[in-house]
Amino acid sequence: MIRKWLKNGYMTLIFLFLYAPVAVLIIFSFNASKSRSVWGGFTLDWYRKLLENDEILSALRVTLIVALASALIATFVATITCIGLDAMRRRPRTVIMNISYIPIINPDLVTGISLMLLFFFIRMKTGFATLLLAHIAFNIPYAILSIAPKLRQLDRNIFEAALDLGCRPAQAIRKVILPEIRPGIVTALILTFTLSIDDFVISYFTAGSQISTLAITIYSMARKSVNPQINALSTLLFVSVLTLLLIINARSSREAGNAKKTARKTNA
Amino acid sequence: MRLRLNRLTWPYLAWMLLFTLVPLLLVAFYAFTAYDESGKLFFTLQGFRNVISMKDTVALSAFGLKQLFSLDLQVPIYVNVLAKSLEIALLSTLICLLLGYPAAYILAEHSRRNRNGNNLLLMLFVIPMWMNALLRTYAWLALLEPRGIINNFLGQLGLGPVQFLYNDFGIGLGMVYNYLPFMILPIHSILVKISPSLIEASEDLGANRMQTFSRVTMPLSLPGVMSGVNMVFMPAMTTFLIPDLLGGGRYLLIGNAIERQYMVSRDMTTGSALSIILLVFVLASMKFLTRYEKENNEGGMLL
Repeated sequence: MIRKWLKNGYMTLIFLFLYAPVAVLIIFSFNASKSRSVWGGFTLDWYRKLLENDEILSALRVTLIVALASALIATFVATITCIGLDAMRRRPRTVIMNISYIPIINPDLVTGISLMLLFFFIRMKTGFATLLLAHIAFNIPYAILSIAPKLRQLDRNIFEAALDLGCRPAQAIRKVILPEIRPGIVTALILTFTLSIDDFVISYFTAGSQISTLAITIYSMARKSVNPQINALSTLLFVSVLTLLLIINARSSREAGNAKKTARKTNA
Repeated sequence: MRLRLNRLTWPYLAWMLLFTLVPLLLVAFYAFTAYDESGKLFFTLQGFRNVISMKDTVALSAFGLKQLFSLDLQVPIYVNVLAKSLEIALLSTLICLLLGYPAAYILAEHSRRNRNGNNLLLMLFVIPMWMNALLRTYAWLALLEPRGIINNFLGQLGLGPVQFLYNDFGIGLGMVYNYLPFMILPIHSILVKISPSLIEASEDLGANRMQTFSRVTMPLSLPGVMSGVNMVFMPAMTTFLIPDLLGGGRYLLIGNAIERQYMVSRDMTTGSALSIILLVFVLASMKFLTRYEKENNEGGMLL
């Protein structure tokens, strides 16, 4: 009895620790006083001000365009790559998959710096293009990791069956493989979109001084002064990322559920 | 036909070469080169010399590192910074382990009971892991400020304002907060895999709870601990956000020291030299830790 009580108490404390700061951040985005710590009544003013803030609106535009474009490109490249990978022998495939892990394992700081040096080296001016390239670069491996398992589940013979039945390879890919791996592709799209919106460190090093994403704007505002608009902006960013993650999670657990159901059916 | 499909990976390989391998090599390249007045590259060891010398032009005297090493002021500043970063990263990792292991253990018991239901509790631990570190760190500012929420609360109890920010405590707290889920999840995922029959066998053979834990559960969970330590230590060692925001610009760890070299001093050579040293540290610790880690790398990659 006491054990159980202790355990529940401990878990509650850990949850409080993990969620209290974020809760405070969100609550104070509705605070009528300008303070970060004294409650002065409820207001939506800070959200209204966000909509009038040109700097933030343009950062929002950049963030969304980069997220959308990098998600589409990264997922496209990853899809092609995964189809190619699946046709490979085991050893070269493992080597390539291991290379794909480098950007994931690499600390963000090092990824950001190394890309910044690359753009500097090839004399490319930092700005929208470099930001987009950097986001594609860190997104591709995650897209590959979402799509590759779907291809591995796929029966290798159906591609050849499609060819035997008269499809050209491109047709076989379009009509047979792509529909089969669509769930993986959609997950990859949402995941890379989310990661792109959520990224700060890599954007910080590759965006240059002319353009800015929401995360960079929050960072520079946070360093300057107390401003509840940061809380409002953070809340919006937090809620949108959280929503996207819940969608990804619901998708994958639904798939797992479906897989279980199919397995049961085949067993019966 | 298979060989033809192979070619679909070529664009990706070219991409990885250009955007992953070349950039990493460039960090090493710039660590040993600098530009002269006419814009020509030349070989130099000045970057590494700056790292180990006192004569760096970055305003470092205000960071209060001297009081820590008051016996020997000749110790190079960046060696201090590196030592400090290691100390804070190791300490944060240890605290994460001490706080996280029991949580992972309780969570694993819970997961075992609800094997088929959806695991909301686990989900609640995963969500913070996916939140932006910037937002999570910023959130602590409001709590820890001299006139922040915690100090207001302490003030009402009649306790004086406590300086939480801009010191080891604030930075360490920021790290533990940011990285705790990275410790809990890998340990949890290995604890759920331990077969209950092993625990039963241990109890049948006369071990009490403590003995079962120390002789069976704990040793079996070590790979998870190793991967958790890795997942906490690496970002703790490389973060620049946490010392930057919670240190208020007065606190230097290797992460923001590097960021400053590039973004403030615009000294690529010294910045790259520092990055190389950091990478060596990180890779060495990874090599050391992953020796113990077998096939356990699904420690919370995805939700």
